[in-house]
Amino acid sequence: MLAPAVCRLAGRATGYLLAAVVGVTAVYFAAQVPVIAQGQTLRQAIAWVPELGVSLSFSLDGLSLLFALLVTGVGLFIVLYASSYLQDDALLGRFYAYLMGFMASMLGLVLADNILTLFIFWELTSVTSYLLIGFDHKDAKARKAALQALVVTGSGGLALLAGLVLLQLASGTGELSSMLASGFTASGSELYTPIVVLVLIGAFTKSAQIPFHFWLPGAMTAPSPVSAYLHSSTMVKAGVYLLARLTPILGGGSGGPQGWTITLSVVGGLTMLWGAFVASRQTHFKRVLAYSTVSSLGMMVMLIGAVSAAPVAGAAAATAAGLATYILAHACFKGALFMVAGAVDHAVHLKDVEQVGGLGRVMPFTAAAAVTATISMMGVPPLLGFAAKEQVLVTMLAGGPGSMLGAVLVVAAAVASVLTVLLALLVGLKPFIGPLMSTSEPPHEGPVRLWLGPVALGVAGLVAGIAPWLFAEPIVRAAAAAVAGVPRGELAAMPVDLSLGHLLHLGPALYISLGAIAAGVGLFVLRARWRAITAPLDKLDWLTAERAYEAIFHGGVLGLASLSTRIFQNGSLRVYIRIVMLAVLASAGLALAGSGGAFLGRDLLGDVKADTTMIEGVLVSLIIAGAVAATLVGSRLAAIVAVGLVGYCIALLFVVFGAPDVAMTQFAVETLSVIILLLVVFRLPRFNGKSSRPARIFDAGIAIGVGVLMTGLVLAAQSNLAAQPISHFFAERSLTEGYGRNVVNVILVDFRALDTMGEITVLGIAAVGIWTLLRIRPTRSGEISATARRAGTGPGAGHDSGTAAAEDGKDGVPS
Amino acid sequence: MLLAITVGVLFTAAVYLLLRRSLLKLVLGLVLIGHAANLLIFSSVGVRRGRPPLIDEGQTALAAPYTDPLPPALILTAIVIGFAVTAFAIVLLRRAYQEIGSDDLDDMRATEQ
Repeated sequence: MLAPAVCRLAGRATGYLLAAVVGVTAVYFAAQVPVIAQGQTLRQAIAWVPELGVSLSFSLDGLSLLFALLVTGVGLFIVLYASSYLQDDALLGRFYAYLMGFMASMLGLVLADNILTLFIFWELTSVTSYLLIGFDHKDAKARKAALQALVVTGSGGLALLAGLVLLQLASGTGELSSMLASGFTASGSELYTPIVVLVLIGAFTKSAQIPFHFWLPGAMTAPSPVSAYLHSSTMVKAGVYLLARLTPILGGGSGGPQGWTITLSVVGGLTMLWGAFVASRQTHFKRVLAYSTVSSLGMMVMLIGAVSAAPVAGAAAATAAGLATYILAHACFKGALFMVAGAVDHAVHLKDVEQVGGLGRVMPFTAAAAVTATISMMGVPPLLGFAAKEQVLVTMLAGGPGSMLGAVLVVAAAVASVLTVLLALLVGLKPFIGPLMSTSEPPHEGPVRLWLGPVALGVAGLVAGIAPWLFAEPIVRAAAAAVAGVPRGELAAMPVDLSLGHLLHLGPALYISLGAIAAGVGLFVLRARWRAITAPLDKLDWLTAERAYEAIFHGGVLGLASLSTRIFQNGSLRVYIRIVMLAVLASAGLALAGSGGAFLGRDLLGDVKADTTMIEGVLVSLIIAGAVAATLVGSRLAAIVAVGLVGYCIALLFVVFGAPDVAMTQFAVETLSVIILLLVVFRLPRFNGKSSRPARIFDAGIAIGVGVLMTGLVLAAQSNLAAQPISHFFAERSLTEGYGRNVVNVILVDFRALDTMGEITVLGIAAVGIWTLLRIRPTRSGEISATARRAGTGPGAGHDSGTAAAEDGKDGVPS
Repeated sequence: MLLAITVGVLFTAAVYLLLRRSLLKLVLGLVLIGHAANLLIFSSVGVRRGRPPLIDEGQTALAAPYTDPLPPALILTAIVIGFAVTAFAIVLLRRAYQEIGSDDLDDMRATEQ
């Protein structure tokens, strides 16, 4: 978060500085590999909100370690890459802040042990992702894509929160490690179905599964480092991480409910196929990569489904190992390819793959990295991608030759492999071979920082493929153990073998793989025909949830907002008052009617006769007459006099009912009000009966309703005093503690002195407001200019003295 | 009982005036609704006719049948604040008429002219 400041101080060195920080973190996690590979789990907890059982607890096991290494390892090169890619951007400091914020959130997410802590980091990644996608905030398209990503992942996040809370209720603990250690499975709980559904919605939105996949290609408007980092290697895998993490808890096991397995397999499989297919029809560099990422995520989800379906523990572990290998391989080759795409764009300013060619000679390092990544993505030995693909196919074949679903999934995986080969060649090879295309300026190799990342990731994939025992096997083994729920003691016995010697003797899986490569290469050559043939299917992509999103978000939410603004906030004071009054009528009226309304049945006239003295009768008659007159008379003067009459009669009523202080104040205030009104009235136009007849009748209806309601409220209040009045407190303490015999006055200046203080403040503010209104006049141009002098201020000059007198008079009001 | 009906009538008149287009009527409605609210507070605890709440010489507390001193205290505050609001509204009304040249609320819907 300090990055902008650091950026200003350190200038160009910031990138290196931040990279060093990330690098140290990566090395730390790498150093944990031997420990974790033994089956250890590191754990650290700080109580955060102990009342709610939320603690800031983190734990590092195999699965967390795999993701932590991805986050920091890829992150290291991304920071370097970004420092070059965006070096001319004025807001680079802000970019670093977002990027580091994201990195921290993502680390928190994969390390969190408490499920609510996990959720908070989950949401933080959504927010930082929003900031990063919309980094080019002057571009409306980027803003829209950012918002779309935020809304989709955010609403998924809400579902996830609900699911996690239910999970905590069902399991009785918020700590994932406790759930795992106790062998808790939610499938026995009656909350199982809601938990699974809610968690799946959260994970599917985050990891761009059908039908929520549409936000990911949109998010490609982000700068290339962001696409490479968030939308290929890390954030989109948060959903995969969550599913993998919860598989032992929610998976149901081989004997339990099959909903989890079937949903994951079907959704994952569909996403895999559809993503690969749509990608094969794209020519825009990053869109090809985006859809192929969707496809890869689908494959991961499908594999997680296969883990819990595995009939024996050994098979589950093997499937999980395939998954872990694939995650590792995918992060390497896809991250590299995204960075290559950015580098190519940087060099030639072209975004269409078909227009780019022959760059191999001018950009040798980038080309080498791209080709390595391509080979890995195609699944050609000896790269890690090959190991991943072989393992996946082996487990798919072993998983269910008998079951319908298993067979379908194997075919789907094979088809997706073919398409993936095409995609790999398209983005990784096509730009670098063939004749050099003509550009306005000669293309050139980017600076070291631009190709270092892809090269490093490519080399990592190569090393992991040739020498898996170096780091790939321990990581995969530990991660797979966590996913498959293998106990610590049996870790060493897990069948994880990524060596080429082993993989090259796998029989059917190898043949499928080789066939896929051959078919893919063929398809690459004939890709123009392929696109022409499949063109009609393009329309299907519009049938997805993006339409629904548009309809709900733009038609629904925004439409409702503008409609309610038009109705309730239309700028007319009278409409506001009508709405307020109707709301009061509806709410208070209902409450009053609900309370029984026993008093309404009383003999009103009889009560009045029995309970009224002569003088009261006269005063009340005058008040009513005045009020009615004020509403009906056509003369301004008469209306003011009528209102004044009402005020004076109320003052007299106060006298009758034993409140002389109130009466005195009322007299003084009423006199002043009438004087001010009279002074102003002749500067105003006459009443001219503007309202139409229906409007008057409508308003009269509202007014009468409010009047009846208020009468009812007074009667209701009188007939059921809910609590004992506290006046005896004042009656007893007034003299002994307040030292005054006039109890009302003592209340004002002593018991409730703060109220009186507030009242004086209000008066002061009103006086300042009045003074300002009278003294400061806007000029023609709309600016405010003070005319300090009192005399000669135009039409208002003669009147000022009257108001000034009124203000002076206020000080004399007893209060 | 009688006061309850009076409160109702006052509120009716006040709300009707508040809903008129003329600014002056709006201000008059404001004054009336202030009166109505004061009377509402005053009457809702149930009033007794008679002596003001003053402690007699030689006594240390109010003698038994007394008027509740709390509503008058509240109303005193309310009256004064109501007056401040009225005075401000009147001046605002006059300035608005000077600037806009109309006292019709329906002409005052936009923030700029």
